[in-house]
Amino acid sequence: MTFMKSVIGAAGALALTAAAALAEPALIFDLGGKFDKSFNEAAFRGAKRWSDETGNSFLEIELQSEAQREQALRRFAEAGANPVITMGFAMADPLTSVAPDYPDTKFVVIDVSWLDVPNIRQVAFAEHEGSYLVGMLAAMASKTGTVGFIGGMDVPLIRHFGCGYAQGAKAVNPDIKIVANMTGTTPAAWNDPVKGSELTKAQISQGADVIYAAAGGTGVGVLQTAADEGILSIGVDSNQNHLHPGKVLTSMLKRVDVAVYDAMKAGENVETGVFTLGLAENGVGYALDENNEALITDEMKAAVEEARQKIIDGEIKVVSYYENDSCPVLSF
Amino acid sequence: MDFVTLIQVLDSTVRMATPLLLACLAGLFSERAGIFDIGLEGKMLAAAFFSAAVAAITGNVWLGLLAGVGASLLLSGLHGLASITFRGNQLISGVAINFLAAGMTVLIAQDWFEQGGRTPSLTGPGRFPPITLPFAESLAGVPVLGPVYSELISGHPVLVYVAFLAVPASWWILFRTRFGLRLRAVGENPAAVDTAGVSVVALRYGAVAICGLLCGIAGAYLATALQAGFVKDMTAGRGFIALAALIFAKWRPWHAMWACLLFGFLQAVALRYQNIDVGGFTIPVQAMDALPYVLTVLILAGFVGRAIPPRAGGEPYVKER
Repeated sequence: MTFMKSVIGAAGALALTAAAALAEPALIFDLGGKFDKSFNEAAFRGAKRWSDETGNSFLEIELQSEAQREQALRRFAEAGANPVITMGFAMADPLTSVAPDYPDTKFVVIDVSWLDVPNIRQVAFAEHEGSYLVGMLAAMASKTGTVGFIGGMDVPLIRHFGCGYAQGAKAVNPDIKIVANMTGTTPAAWNDPVKGSELTKAQISQGADVIYAAAGGTGVGVLQTAADEGILSIGVDSNQNHLHPGKVLTSMLKRVDVAVYDAMKAGENVETGVFTLGLAENGVGYALDENNEALITDEMKAAVEEARQKIIDGEIKVVSYYENDSCPVLSF
Repeated sequence: MDFVTLIQVLDSTVRMATPLLLACLAGLFSERAGIFDIGLEGKMLAAAFFSAAVAAITGNVWLGLLAGVGASLLLSGLHGLASITFRGNQLISGVAINFLAAGMTVLIAQDWFEQGGRTPSLTGPGRFPPITLPFAESLAGVPVLGPVYSELISGHPVLVYVAFLAVPASWWILFRTRFGLRLRAVGENPAAVDTAGVSVVALRYGAVAICGLLCGIAGAYLATALQAGFVKDMTAGRGFIALAALIFAKWRPWHAMWACLLFGFLQAVALRYQNIDVGGFTIPVQAMDALPYVLTVLILAGFVGRAIPPRAGGEPYVKER
């Protein structure tokens, strides 16, 4: 027993000295996985860009279950990683309990803006503004007058996406029909392409000809089925236009990569507090590249750019789902 | 529910039921021969991965199917080796196969493709295309029967037809051939079969191999027909639902088909009715999602009467010395 204690003590001391010398940033991917072609992959790209530019390395872990959240946070904090960057709203509760125990470590969390802990940098995105723009594009591209929305896990954040999308679509065509589905109510809903694909088929049969997927890995199935069935889809978070060139109308960009890159670049001195990145900060937007340029006409582009400017200037107010936990134009 | 919606839900039912049906028949052969197999899930997963991987590399879905079936047969062989030759515990061997498949597929996928445990998206000849049956186009205009034929029966990948043809084939093999009679006997009373001078070991290996073949097709269907690539844990418990269906069907092929169609229908309804009011009353999504499981429990709890498994199931056969 004594021997074990000294071994553990020695190992701990070793870890601490190693950490003090390095102070690498750490990145915790959420359950969707590092290569979800979406939210987490965007974070990875930001981290990789930082690592390529500076030649420094970073620590990382892909969470496999809910139970690992707190464990991973503590492990990185103990190892001396600084800042510890975490992905997703589900990290809010674990952070509230872990962060106060490590006052000298800076934590960064994406998609959270409501915590009251001094050493956390909370980065939220105005997804409803970006979704509003892709909603406009969807309504302009739709021939049937019906557009679809497929969310991942049914949480306020995803409703927030759907709500902005619906407002944008209604702004173009007040009579448009919006079909909205959530994949499920558990985290497994982020990684179920088979279900995504069935939901897409169900929405197509209800008339939808443009479908916006805000569903992590499930979205891969949505985009695939949409391409197979010859309708348009809209990607999310990362630019997903290249997955099915000419068949993905656009992608709602959420510059998670920039947020992660900035946090890593600032390193230990990263500023804490709440930061919201919207259209004005280029934190959200829509993707336009060689894969979808044939789908977006000049009129569509002009209309969206005009709306974008109006939102920035405050002339158009996109209602946030968070304001009163309901959406004025869409019921879920 | 109008007629068009009904057709669409039934169409979705067929898609959801196909992997269940193949896995269920796979379990049927194995368990009828006295080898319990809870490794259906693992075999399907391994087959899904190898079919998608080989289809992605070669661009030929048939080679993919072959690889998937091969992988599934290999795991079946392992199960056979553990439970027939070495007389190990069949449940433990099955659990081990599930774990092995869940871990190995992601590991190999990461090593080969470096896309976080998935395969690249399959395109063109890397997938099973839907087959349009003869006259589907011209008959589409016929009322009632037209849509049923052109929408529901026609337009599925070839593996769906294979799955549904496997039902009468299984019935015929099990109940109308000498091999089938011996296979069923080996699951009830292996000593009697042995006394008659027939090899118990060979029969059981035969049954396990058929199980591997069917699981392989089920996995390949998931990854190369229903989806366009492998994603980790993509079988999502279908192997276990197939086992439930097998018990529900009391180890009989035709009943297995109806059980799988029922479970597939429940899943399809849950997907479809999320956002549809039924007579002004909205059923919450959560209730719909839970319905297949609730019904499974209810059905298993007592609505099928007593489900009696093959008598020698789960017991390794030891020749009297």
